[in-house]
Amino acid sequence: MLKKSLIAMAAGLALSTAALAQDKIDIVFIGKNTGNPYFDSLTKGFVEACQKIACNFEFVAPATAEATSQIPFIEAQIQRGVDVIAISPNSPDALNQVFDAARAKGIIVMTVNGDITGNEAHRDLTILPTDFTKVGADQIEMVGSLIGYEGEIAILSATTEAPDQNFWIKGMNEAIKDPKYAKMKLVATVYGDDQPEKSTSEMEALMANFPDLKGVIAPTTVGIAAAAQVVQSRGVADKVKVTGLGLPSEMRDFVKDGTVAAFQLWSPYNEGWLAAHLAVDLKAGKAKNEVGSTFEVPNLGTITINAGNSINTQSALTTFNAENIDQFDF
Amino acid sequence: MNALGRILARRETGIAVMIVLFALAVSLYKPQFLTLNSLRVILLLTPLVMIAAMGQMLVLVARHVDLSIGSMLGLSAMLTGMMFRDLPEIPWGLGFAVSIGIGTLLGLVNGALVTFFRLPSIIVTLGTLNLYRGLTFIVSNARQVDRQFIPADLKGMSQTSPLLGIPWIIFMAFAVALLTYWFAMHTRVGRQIFALGSNPIAAPLRGVKVTQVTLLVFAISGALSGLAGIMYASRWGFVNPSNTGFGFEFQVIAAVVIGGVSINGGVGSVLGVMLGVLLMGCVAAALPLLGIPGTAQSAIYGAVILVALLIDRSVRRQGIARFKAARA
Amino acid sequence: MSAAETTPQRIAGRGAAPQRSLWHVILVRPETMTLVLLVLAVILASQLSPFFLDISYILRSFTLSAEFAIVALVLTMVIIAGEIDLSPAANMALSTCLFAWAQASGVPMPIAIAIGLVAGLAMGALNAFMVIGLQLPSIIVTIGTLTLYRGLAQIIAGDKSIRMPEWFIGIDKVLVFGVPATVAIFVVVSLVLGLILAGTIFGRQIYQIGTNEVAARYAGIRTRRIKLILFLLMGLAAAIAGMLTASRLGSVRYDLGLGGELQMVLMAMLGGTYIFGGRGTILGTFLAAWLLVVVSTGMTVANLLPAIQLTVLGVLLIVAIIATNLIYSRAQR
Repeated sequence: MLKKSLIAMAAGLALSTAALAQDKIDIVFIGKNTGNPYFDSLTKGFVEACQKIACNFEFVAPATAEATSQIPFIEAQIQRGVDVIAISPNSPDALNQVFDAARAKGIIVMTVNGDITGNEAHRDLTILPTDFTKVGADQIEMVGSLIGYEGEIAILSATTEAPDQNFWIKGMNEAIKDPKYAKMKLVATVYGDDQPEKSTSEMEALMANFPDLKGVIAPTTVGIAAAAQVVQSRGVADKVKVTGLGLPSEMRDFVKDGTVAAFQLWSPYNEGWLAAHLAVDLKAGKAKNEVGSTFEVPNLGTITINAGNSINTQSALTTFNAENIDQFDF
Repeated sequence: MNALGRILARRETGIAVMIVLFALAVSLYKPQFLTLNSLRVILLLTPLVMIAAMGQMLVLVARHVDLSIGSMLGLSAMLTGMMFRDLPEIPWGLGFAVSIGIGTLLGLVNGALVTFFRLPSIIVTLGTLNLYRGLTFIVSNARQVDRQFIPADLKGMSQTSPLLGIPWIIFMAFAVALLTYWFAMHTRVGRQIFALGSNPIAAPLRGVKVTQVTLLVFAISGALSGLAGIMYASRWGFVNPSNTGFGFEFQVIAAVVIGGVSINGGVGSVLGVMLGVLLMGCVAAALPLLGIPGTAQSAIYGAVILVALLIDRSVRRQGIARFKAARA
Repeated sequence: MSAAETTPQRIAGRGAAPQRSLWHVILVRPETMTLVLLVLAVILASQLSPFFLDISYILRSFTLSAEFAIVALVLTMVIIAGEIDLSPAANMALSTCLFAWAQASGVPMPIAIAIGLVAGLAMGALNAFMVIGLQLPSIIVTIGTLTLYRGLAQIIAGDKSIRMPEWFIGIDKVLVFGVPATVAIFVVVSLVLGLILAGTIFGRQIYQIGTNEVAARYAGIRTRRIKLILFLLMGLAAAIAGMLTASRLGSVRYDLGLGGELQMVLMAMLGGTYIFGGRGTILGTFLAAWLLVVVSTGMTVANLLPAIQLTVLGVLLIVAIIATNLIYSRAQR
């Protein structure tokens, strides 16, 4: 072991004297929790990027997605002396102190796929999959097109304080005021806490409390699968249209048997791909973390850093339906 | 005491009355709670808990406790799910044998540690709770088995119905309860479990083979957790290394204790446990209907457990008082 | 600590056991096992990752578990007295949510702290009432109150987090003689409780209650009062630990300390506390707390899957309890 690290050190020295640009930077991505299929695809983006460009990549995640469970992992990365920490934060504020400690050591801290809303000063930048201000309107349009722009709809969300979901729900409440949706009525917003059991109970309760319900938006991967399953087992797919944000791998069966006509998401893969490229460019001085500056990412084109040091990987949501779902492998 | 009095004094009557009162109270606000469909929703919330609760009841009666059921459920479901994914040509019915077999094995490990090393079961199963969960992550490489790999027929068991629109898995849960009733009340071994739990010192003198009986209750608890594991795959259509079975032990122990099984061993009835499970199901189905936020659920469950404990205590006191009065 | 080491055996009425050499008395003890495991863990961890062996990093990592470790010391005494308390982590959450909520709604800080401490004591008192007053088994009572306290915290704080004022944040960053303040508190509490348990009549009575409560009562020990004191102490320790956590995190949510009861029980068990009461030492729990931190930190800094940590912790618990049992049964023979 010692021998190996000595060789590595010697090699590192040789490299750094030979050509600084060829130095590989260390990137670690800390997911919300292990066993979460969403992060498999995101991690793949990092891995494949680091096969092409100068970075070493590792993925770690705590066993549970509880607010403080990521802290020991961040502390460990500081101790390891990595160059970049990319993280999908489990808490909007419990990580502030440890983020500050990491940045004091010169580590770039980027939040990926979710931000520490209200505490943005504690991270360097954020990479979000799409423009979150448009998600609400897109989802209302989606459910509208499924129910013929008429009837009662409801929202089945994650937890009551989930910041992203709440932001989108706010957008939905705004969007539905458009005269185009005058005959649609948002009757309830319920929370399944991202647990299959609880989401199922909430969905059953929605259908018992609102017998005329026409559509349900579940902007969370656990919620949309649970809602689809309730509709499937009750055999009412023609009466209640389920849509929202889901993973193709989890929704494929529901789309193929007609339970769900269409749903939306983005590409988690591209988030990892973009994050790795940006990390390498920032460390090499090829990109600047300043609002308004731009950089190039293969396959994604020119990316701009928006207000609040926020970056989007795609401009609009991708819609999945029976025609295209087999083209996606996540 | 007359027959009516005996029925009224039974613990099961108390729980049944609580269920009826609860259902009536909820239906005052939400009449749709008293419909056939809501019965279906309640029943669909219960089968996994009911199956595992039968095993847990036997363990508690034998004066032990099994905290590892959630992790045994997770590990057996994961291995079965991976078999479905990696060997798709295998007949899906075989999944039951695999899942129950793995569960039995895991339960036997618990039982062996408890009996051969004379260790307290609460600590052993606290250890295996972590150990089995860790193994679930390791064997699966922390990857979920997705919906498309779970056989359609297996998923169908939670949806198609042989009778009255009630899905197969609910019938299976009731069948397990009936079997447990027969085993506990009408077989020699079953009675020995009660004898062991009510007096562990005297039991060997009465011919109870303590080692075998203890191993058996843990094996049964493991086997039923394994059965609950494959039914998880049927009910939810996926197996996830971190979610599947996580926190399950609390639900099951709560239901069993509410059902009147004494934590001090020797006391418990299948009917009581079934009613305990149903009461929990009613509460879980009613809260979202009433629009009570999820944040309140945990507090309500805690209060229900404590109230059940208090009722248990006062019932036992009355029973003792009556017993004394009858002898005097 | 010598009084504590001999007391349980004397009480167990094994005075007739053959005289043993000093090294035997020292070596065949659960604490020795914990110490050996600790040394092994340090060696293994430094082999696993070159970044591990750094005393300031280990101390910093200890601050992440120090709050639980402080409560685990009191829990050790409760277990020695033959009871158990699984509710302290939930108590931490509820008392700290009340404190934070009071503080955020403009109550002056000293009063807010008092509210939190009183809440912790009240929760300890409720446990004590159900266990001592109503004679219910502590394990089930505290599983119930664990769920209840956590649920009440959730009702009070919802899903939101409550911010702490800037000056209150960062007690774990304050250094006392080069040691983070929470770790220093843990060391001081260990010393105080260790002396109480090993060197006072009160401490000896705790062992006697755990060994045989009925006999202890006949011997004139006020068993109910001592257990009440222990449960109250538990509530107080939980409330203090909760506030230390709030200072470390800078914000309070209902899920503060979630799952902490497992870690606390693990620390007591790994330290050789006997689950059925009557045996155990503060020194054991003290060493076990370090053992747990070294094991989890070593694996985290080596970027191992957290699953492997779960597996190792599970195996460790079982091995520790088998060893503890063997040691105690040898000591009795």
